[in-house]
Amino acid sequence: MIKQLKEEIDKVFGSDVITLADTGLQDTLTVVPARLREVCLWLRDHPTFYFDFLANITAVDYFPEARFAVVYNLTSIPFQLQLTLRVEIEQERSLEHLPEVPSVSMVWCTADWHEREAFDLMGIYFTDHPDLRRILLPDDWEGYPLRKDYEDPESYHGIPIKN
Amino acid sequence: MHIKYNQGYQQYLERMQQIGSTEMIINMGPQHPSTHGVLRLELVTDGELVKDVIPHLGYLHRCFDKHAESMNYGKSIPFTDRLDYLASMNNSHAFVMGVERMLGIEQHLPKRVEYIRVLVCELNRIASHLIAIGTYGIDIGAFTPFMWCFRDREHIMNMLEWASGSRMLYNYIWVGGLFYDLPVGFEQRCKEFIAYFKPKLAELDGLLSSNQIFISRTANVGILPSDVAINYGCSGPMLRASGIKWDLRRVDGYSVYPELDFEIPVGKGLMGTVGDSWDRYKVRVDEIYESVKIIEQCLARLMSDFARLPDFDPRAMVPKKATMKGQSYYVRAENPKGELGFYFETKDKSDVPLRLKARGPSFNNLSVLPELGKGVLIADLIAILGSIDIVLGEVDR
Repeated sequence: MIKQLKEEIDKVFGSDVITLADTGLQDTLTVVPARLREVCLWLRDHPTFYFDFLANITAVDYFPEARFAVVYNLTSIPFQLQLTLRVEIEQERSLEHLPEVPSVSMVWCTADWHEREAFDLMGIYFTDHPDLRRILLPDDWEGYPLRKDYEDPESYHGIPIKN
Repeated sequence: MHIKYNQGYQQYLERMQQIGSTEMIINMGPQHPSTHGVLRLELVTDGELVKDVIPHLGYLHRCFDKHAESMNYGKSIPFTDRLDYLASMNNSHAFVMGVERMLGIEQHLPKRVEYIRVLVCELNRIASHLIAIGTYGIDIGAFTPFMWCFRDREHIMNMLEWASGSRMLYNYIWVGGLFYDLPVGFEQRCKEFIAYFKPKLAELDGLLSSNQIFISRTANVGILPSDVAINYGCSGPMLRASGIKWDLRRVDGYSVYPELDFEIPVGKGLMGTVGDSWDRYKVRVDEIYESVKIIEQCLARLMSDFARLPDFDPRAMVPKKATMKGQSYYVRAENPKGELGFYFETKDKSDVPLRLKARGPSFNNLSVLPELGKGVLIADLIAILGSIDIVLGEVDR
């Protein structure tokens, strides 16, 4: 399945948009961030793949490298297929410049909350997201706790956090 | 925070300040009983009509992902129990399946272990659905089903406590095996429970499903079309009630489910439209019937082909150290609430994940609420929220 899919994507988008990634047991494609949304839309509407169900979005931090990844787990309900998409971003670990990935929340509405979670905990900025604010943490929280170099604040509104 | 990254919050504040003169903002929760936990819904209302629903989560956030990154896979299992704390067995089953698949030992597990896992998972599924039905009844105003459901659930809790030593958070299913074999006499008692439970279930079904007051409150309320359900990532009873036959126990055929005979109930719109609140409720009731069937088959095999042997050790396959090569894997399993997924990523040779993310079904099922809640009455919003059957332990993780 994955070879055929890659050939078709190469035909439509050119050969430099996706690459096959060997991550173990599941079919994985690495996508260039700039073309992510087009590829996703194409995958969703394709008549023989029809990846209509976005199960999960995970953001991964590869500390100490200055590299982040966002992983999308797709499912095709009519054809019972699974596919993993990866987007890798090289980015300095500064809080002033977050890694940027195009939002896919206009392709699958599931992405709305999952991207908010990735932004909240990992500090990935999803461009063109309709409502990008924190979801699990308080709105005035500082920093992105799932990053490997995150350090807990001493206190939050006068409540000591470290003991 | 950098001003660019705070724009979303600023937009939200502006929107809240620009409500019209006939509108009012009402906070439902976090202590409202019908929110089934600590969920806050901010409602923009016009009289009795809900114009917009803005859910606020995170009151029960316990940093599952962060914890899991600092300990090995076996130690994370008690944390997975606390995700959907009404169905702990199902959570740990999904988790250990993923780890076993990555270790490559899932084909070598003894059949007895697999059947015991499915047995306790289905018992737990019944317990979870009983809570869903009972609390849904009480949301609508029916008090009796609540008491009946909790009475029957207590039998299941007692049995699982007997097997694992704990009432709700079991830590019973381990990577590569089980904590212990079932206690002597468990199968017999489980059989007695099923014999007791079957007429009670029919009674419960008859009490609520065809009750005219209940139907008036739930039929044609909160209709979720199948395309919207898929687009929002709804799964489990929520998706099946919209008429899509999608059950991972059949699709993936994990564990010993391919050897078992059961149906997948889907919403048919008997009382109203396909995908309304009544359908979501009814799919859960029908699933209990199917779970009873599965339990009976498991018990039959556990008492014949895979009967207890004196030298049987359920921990024989448990690895001392679950060290695996660097890889990533997304495992999914059918929880009572829907598709529970775990995304694992391991770097180099290690038994500690680089990243572990739990995809809670309730999180996705809840995200459709702003869509369902537009333009309904406040009382109907309670009915819709109850029919989604969320567990905040899993939404907030």
